[in-house]
Amino acid sequence: MIEGRVWRYGDDVNTDVIFPGKYTYQPMEPSQMAEHAMEDLDPTFAKEVRKGDVIVAGSNFGCGSSREQAATCLKAAGLAAVVAKSFSRIFFRNAINSGLPVIELSRGIDRIKKGDTVMIDFAAGTVTHERDVHRFPALPPEVLAILEDGGLIPHVRKVLGKA
Amino acid sequence: MSMTFAQKMLAKKAGLEHVDVGQIVEVEPDVCMSHDNTAAISKTFTKIGVDRVKNPERFVVVLDHTVPAATEKYALGHKEIREFVAKQGITHFYDAGVGICHQVLPEKGFALPGTLILGSDSHTTTYGAFGAFSAGIGRSEMAVLYATSKIWLKTPASFKVVVDGTLREPVTSKDLTLGIIGSLGADGALYRSVEFSGEAIRKMSLASRMVLTNMAIEMGAKNGYIAPDDKVFSFLDSRAVAPYAPVFPDPDAEYETTFTFDAATLVPQVAKPHTVDNVAPVEEVAGTRIHQALLGTCTNGRLEDLRLAARILEGRKVAKGVRLLVLPASQEVLEAALKEGLVTTFVRAGALLLNPGCGPCLGAHQGVLAPGEVCVSTANRNFKGRMGSPDAETYLASPATVAASAVAGVITDPREVTEGGRR
Repeated sequence: MIEGRVWRYGDDVNTDVIFPGKYTYQPMEPSQMAEHAMEDLDPTFAKEVRKGDVIVAGSNFGCGSSREQAATCLKAAGLAAVVAKSFSRIFFRNAINSGLPVIELSRGIDRIKKGDTVMIDFAAGTVTHERDVHRFPALPPEVLAILEDGGLIPHVRKVLGKA
Repeated sequence: MSMTFAQKMLAKKAGLEHVDVGQIVEVEPDVCMSHDNTAAISKTFTKIGVDRVKNPERFVVVLDHTVPAATEKYALGHKEIREFVAKQGITHFYDAGVGICHQVLPEKGFALPGTLILGSDSHTTTYGAFGAFSAGIGRSEMAVLYATSKIWLKTPASFKVVVDGTLREPVTSKDLTLGIIGSLGADGALYRSVEFSGEAIRKMSLASRMVLTNMAIEMGAKNGYIAPDDKVFSFLDSRAVAPYAPVFPDPDAEYETTFTFDAATLVPQVAKPHTVDNVAPVEEVAGTRIHQALLGTCTNGRLEDLRLAARILEGRKVAKGVRLLVLPASQEVLEAALKEGLVTTFVRAGALLLNPGCGPCLGAHQGVLAPGEVCVSTANRNFKGRMGSPDAETYLASPATVAASAVAGVITDPREVTEGGRR
């Protein structure tokens, strides 16, 4: 269960504005990536984001490039989850693989504003905003296992008996 | 029960008779591709705790995104990749200058009908033009493929896109692709397998078909597919690295939606800043002043694209104040362009010839944009900040529109400067 402050964005937030291409081929630690998170869309984000915040966005969040840093930088910035009407499939995979929860919510998003608070109950599969409670579909067990292990690499280490 | 291409492919790879839409399967890709991001992937691979890459012959590594290295950091990354592939026995390694991965894989015979190809690059969808099931994945997933050869995939629902009629020159498959994306939207085919068919597709060259599958990701598709035909089979005759068995959808397969387009009535299109689905006829933005024109990339850097642009540039000059960058998609394309005299045409017109590679498409080097500058490009993305400054603007267009615009100094409808044009 998390209670997070909302950063609100629209439709088609692409991975170039989440993590610009000019940094994509420079070796960086996740903490350095976090300094550039959302740089070309909202320069205030990286400066003001707090641990446990949540991004709430429209459809097709994370479209564009396959760059995994788009998910890694948000996770490293302290984001607790991204809630969106829909996600691009590569970003969705990258987020799960980075241990960043992604929640597809078909209803109620339009009423959520920047600075609002949302409560996310992963076990119950609900997002609560003010008096509204919205249900989201549970992730498939194969996918949930990766998220619960903290991302793909720790998950695979566990499966291979390397952990 | 009948199946779409995506269902048949994933059933085949999972060793199942049938898979349903939404079903998750564990599969081993036939080919896995990574590029300059192999440096980061190799570091993630070492964190898994496995020493050796499993099945190194299934991996293809192409250096293309930042070649030749513009900075010491890029150079170090390339060096680490060369050491990694040598140590791990990855022999399918193509160093700086061979070309863009999505051109090199087909040229070297890795893009085969009925195979599963995954790449740590979103435009991996390109190989669907050869009848492969190909999709992009992330870096960590590629690192896990190094270790295990295995990955989970969910079976997507399928869209059918039927294109009737014939494109009228100088309208190209790029205009058609932009028209389709403009119509469906950036998330119009989200998570779908998109099967392209119809008279216009059948008549198209492989290079033209590759534009459609390359940009399928720009409407959210998991993969794009065109049924392989004799054009594909004869292209592969001297190239295929392995025997292959084409996979075709069942005639009575179920599609979520079928979209129909008419190639004959299509006019040249552009995608306006800053999204690929912000599409309009070129006429609507004609006269917009440009500072840079880009001919190349994994979308439109092939021989037919260079030929089309050269026909327009022949005997003309690039406008004062405009930089026309030309990047052939591969060494093979460059060599053919040299033989045909296209390079002479470009140089005489005042173009800047760059080495095969991704160039400034992703804003890393070789011609990034200053604030306030406008670029017309044959690439596949025009996102804010992608080609440099977030205060620059990129319009996406066909090679014909880019060449015509470079000459005029403003965005120009190519029908005005080609044979049979209005003026």
